[in-house]
Amino acid sequence: MIEVDINKRIKTYKGWEDLRVKAQFDIGKVTQITGPSGAGKTTLLKMIAGLITPEKGMIKFKDTLWFDAERKFSKRIQERNVGFVFQDYALFPNMTVEKQLAYGTSDQAYIGQLLELGEMEVFRQHLPAQLSGGQQQRLAILRALSTKPDLLMMDESFSALDKELKSKLLAKLQALFLVQGTTVLLVTHDDEILDPSPAVFKMEA
Amino acid sequence: MDFEPIYLSLKLALITTAILLLIGIPVAYWLSGKSTMAKIILEAFITMPLVLPPSVLGFYLLLAFSPNNGFGKWLYEHLNLHLVFSFQGLVFASVIYSLPFMISPVKSAFGHLPETLAQASYTMGKSKWQTFIYVLLPNIKASIYTAAVLTFAHTLGEFGVVLMIGGNIPGVTKVASIAIYDAVETMDYEAANQYALILFAITFAIVLAVFIFNKKAVKNPFE
Repeated sequence: MIEVDINKRIKTYKGWEDLRVKAQFDIGKVTQITGPSGAGKTTLLKMIAGLITPEKGMIKFKDTLWFDAERKFSKRIQERNVGFVFQDYALFPNMTVEKQLAYGTSDQAYIGQLLELGEMEVFRQHLPAQLSGGQQQRLAILRALSTKPDLLMMDESFSALDKELKSKLLAKLQALFLVQGTTVLLVTHDDEILDPSPAVFKMEA
Repeated sequence: MDFEPIYLSLKLALITTAILLLIGIPVAYWLSGKSTMAKIILEAFITMPLVLPPSVLGFYLLLAFSPNNGFGKWLYEHLNLHLVFSFQGLVFASVIYSLPFMISPVKSAFGHLPETLAQASYTMGKSKWQTFIYVLLPNIKASIYTAAVLTFAHTLGEFGVVLMIGGNIPGVTKVASIAIYDAVETMDYEAANQYALILFAITFAIVLAVFIFNKKAVKNPFE
């Protein structure tokens, strides 16, 4: 179980607001996080990853404490073993497709497996700038998986993929999640439907 | 024609650029982070040489380096460093004088990198240092080249500061820009013209190279 009970003042287009989240997510499962824009979906993911510090509350992953405001404790990002697919992909402009994956793992066989999963083998030596939007998005997903994270966070990670590609990729990803026991938090638009439909956590604005 | 002043100018510019690369990049990175009052004040100081008359900077450096005063005396007594009318003094002054040319472009380049780049690297288990070396630095390479070249060119063109604290000692502090002034003073226009032409040619070639190198970038390299 991932337990989240946090409080953070965030700046939205309406001014400063209090973001309060109290939730529990199942380990080894995919949870879809939905809600209108400005509800704090990205902020929630970043707080769980350790990229943003909440003002109050605590975050627990399985039995390990990741964050506790009262004790002023925050586990280092690097030690949380999370994978994060950023909305803007955050691909390293200086690294080829292969190098981006090699930055996360030295296991060549696994790199090959990831490239095959994302149908990116022919782009091994390409830089991000030479890839289309959909290819960049797939690379961002593969790169987040390169470290075999315990918890994968995906922020609107299928927005640039067409329907057919998306369902094909999702099926392959879900098989990989099962093998690696990955817990997945997936931020999507309100109306996005995933197949098979996972548990849904809805955030209110 | 005596090539020593040209050689001295190039040596001074090279050493200054090397030192500024070492100091400037970490300082620029630090400044590019969250803004604090201390950083703003430091940045204002670093930018001063851009707007101050070089003679002002030269004058205060002269006072500071003088072996009769506190700092200069300390340097002389403890480190045996004599910074007035010496080549080391020129290097020190040039580093201060060219600081903004190295730091401003590099700082701005760090600031323009999306913060998610470093965040992605951290989530992949990489330390701040690894992220700096493998992700941040390689992606601002063009700005570092530009800054280094501009620092080099700017140091070549230094005059006021050099004259104030270095004087005009052949083989020690008589750089090309001083040699031109000296030649004109003694009515040797031919020598002045030769030095001036060489400086003009070198500097033009450098600036041209920067523009060619940056031609893909939309913005002017001086911005």
